[in-house]
Amino acid sequence: MITIITNKILGKNSTSSKRADGRASDELRPFKIEAGVLERADGSAYLELGGNKVIVAVYGPRELHIRRLMQPDRAVLRCRYNMAPFSVDDRKRPGPDRRSVEISKITSEALMPAVFLEKFPRSTIDVFIEVLEAEGGTRCAGITAASVALADAGVPMRDLVVACAAGKSEGEVVLDLSEVEDKDGEADVPVAIMPRTGEVTLLQSDGNLTPEEFGKALNLAIEGCMKLSEAQKEAIIKRYGD
Amino acid sequence: MIFIEDKQMVIPGDVLADKEYQSGRGTFKEDDKICSSLVGLVAIRDKKISVIPLQSKYIPKRGDVVIGEITDIRFSMWNLDINSPYSGILPASDVFGKEKRDLNKAFNVGDVLFLRVVDVDEVKKVKLGLKGRGLGKFRDGILIYITPTKVPRLIGKKGSMINMIKDETKCEVVVGQNGVVWVKGDPSMERVAEKVINMIEEQAHTSGLTDRVRNMLFELLGKEIPEKEEKPEATEEATDEEEEEEENGENLIQ
Amino acid sequence: MGVTIIPEIIRESLNNLVKNGERSDDRSFDDYRDIYLETGVISKAEGSARVKIGKTQIMVGAKPQIGEPFSDTPNVGVLMTNSELIPMASPDFEPGPPDERSVELARVTDRCMREAGVVDLEKLCIIEGKKVWMIFLDLHIIDYDGNLMDAAVLGSMAALMDAKIPEAKVEDDEVVIDPEKKVSLPIKEKALMCTFAKIGCELIVDPSLEEEQVMDARISIGMRADGSICAMQKGGMQPLNKDEILKAVERTGEITKKLMEHLPQNNQ
Repeated sequence: MITIITNKILGKNSTSSKRADGRASDELRPFKIEAGVLERADGSAYLELGGNKVIVAVYGPRELHIRRLMQPDRAVLRCRYNMAPFSVDDRKRPGPDRRSVEISKITSEALMPAVFLEKFPRSTIDVFIEVLEAEGGTRCAGITAASVALADAGVPMRDLVVACAAGKSEGEVVLDLSEVEDKDGEADVPVAIMPRTGEVTLLQSDGNLTPEEFGKALNLAIEGCMKLSEAQKEAIIKRYGD
Repeated sequence: MIFIEDKQMVIPGDVLADKEYQSGRGTFKEDDKICSSLVGLVAIRDKKISVIPLQSKYIPKRGDVVIGEITDIRFSMWNLDINSPYSGILPASDVFGKEKRDLNKAFNVGDVLFLRVVDVDEVKKVKLGLKGRGLGKFRDGILIYITPTKVPRLIGKKGSMINMIKDETKCEVVVGQNGVVWVKGDPSMERVAEKVINMIEEQAHTSGLTDRVRNMLFELLGKEIPEKEEKPEATEEATDEEEEEEENGENLIQ
Repeated sequence: MGVTIIPEIIRESLNNLVKNGERSDDRSFDDYRDIYLETGVISKAEGSARVKIGKTQIMVGAKPQIGEPFSDTPNVGVLMTNSELIPMASPDFEPGPPDERSVELARVTDRCMREAGVVDLEKLCIIEGKKVWMIFLDLHIIDYDGNLMDAAVLGSMAALMDAKIPEAKVEDDEVVIDPEKKVSLPIKEKALMCTFAKIGCELIVDPSLEEEQVMDARISIGMRADGSICAMQKGGMQPLNKDEILKAVERTGEITKKLMEHLPQNNQ
């Protein structure tokens, strides 16, 4: 069950070390991942993290019709992050806004290092991320689900990229900010890694942190990533369950 | 040293073995380790480790026989969709020789053909051909699409699975290595074949499939399932069949 | 394989089946594929539904906003319907602004809901001429396997029935909203849509994707619970004759009764 916390209650808890929703500083919100949820797409995945609901479809490798985007020696990876109008408290007008455009770009860049693009010259791999409901941390949720969708589609990869955010809320460095913590918080650090090697493929920081705080946030985010990574694997194995 | 078992299901990034082993299809080498690049089942032959994907696109290879649909007519060639990220071209000369003729006198957009992959270049431009036994245009029938990696399973050891389907439904069946299957017969039999083929696609990675397919066929055809004779070698046969299918399957893994 | 260009073999096969009174999935001409409907699936949306007809899947969200009424109807609330054929739903959909299919889908769904009088828009007036409730219905198509219209209308009906909006009071000429007090949208009618595809000489209900790809024409009929028609839309490149249209209307009556059983039965 997700408890909706208002600003009033957040303020009252400032003296206790627990967060508004009762989580420890290194605790993720409840999550679930499913693979193979759509019929038409080559691969797909659905992810819930706290109040976030994200669905991802992958088409490809497939023919790329826009010649000027084509690469002769590898596939291009195109990501489109989009929020449904009903996914947020105040209805969002349909269509890409600047935030979605930026998130689409960094999502592509987070996933590309893992994909064996050279195996598919002159083609495209399209990743469509739809946020059906948003509650803080949708870009990380999108990346984590996208990897599962890519694997579901049979796209060869070095690893399953996984993402998680840490940040600073109420003066403390914590893992996986909820929407309320993000809005009133002091910093937000989304991170994506390839779990086997630990290489970082996405890193952003928004807000104010001392170098020590940043180091702590980075480590926390990576820990969160490793937990989500297990769920990614379970989702895929379960899809083909015997 | 090896970290997984034969036929175990793995995902991209899983470490399979160290440098004692060789990297086969569906795997890659990183430092001194062999890792999986796909979601699939591990196949270990001597010291070579491969991963047979559960899902993949068809990548055309010279010599393959495929079923394609004409999507465009250009100057002196047809363009075909071969259920792949890469389309193929069929030169008019394959049909007309050196004569100059109207291309749509032979084939039109929407026609479905059985062709051979004649050549694939480094950027995966595909040339198709019609010279060969049984190649040409299909008339009537239906089309079924399956994941290309499951074609060997559908065909079976020495064609055993596909022949069983053909015999029981009395349909003509042609299987393209690109995952497209053509079936022609009595319309109700075509649908029986379609159901069975779809079931094989869903369960291709499981064992005991041959028996379940036979039972499903008999059920759909309203026949009595015959008493199963005791065949202790049946299990071994199944393993051999699966092994050979996996070897065939390796041709389809990118 | 060619999703844009349907192979001749498949076209012939479907036409032959229809001539024999059959369909490729063993359905009758009046049968729908399996229907799945769930409401209250998105908590940020005041009303929501997830609808599946066969493999076609749509997420519908209903969200209220306070705004100005149209000048010619100053005491009536507003219903706005938007649709997105997002690229995840089909290999043929491209990202970009709504194309003509998406716009038609939204407008037909809107017409059906509005003309049927599903929502009592007069009850959504807060301050006449100045402030009314505007209900935004957003159709998010996530899997396309034929017959979007019927799925869209079914999902919209369910989302509207599910919707709860905060109570709005007028104090000193200002609108005061109490987010703690929620009331259901005033629903006074139920309406659904039934789509027929013409293949050969037959009209078959709930066309699957491949049936849509070979059909000559299509007719969608919006009907209220009492059997009256609230909307109609013909589609496709070939004509329909009068008899076909009237027969379709006749069949819609029975079919809609069965469809209505999928709606949540509790309220009112």
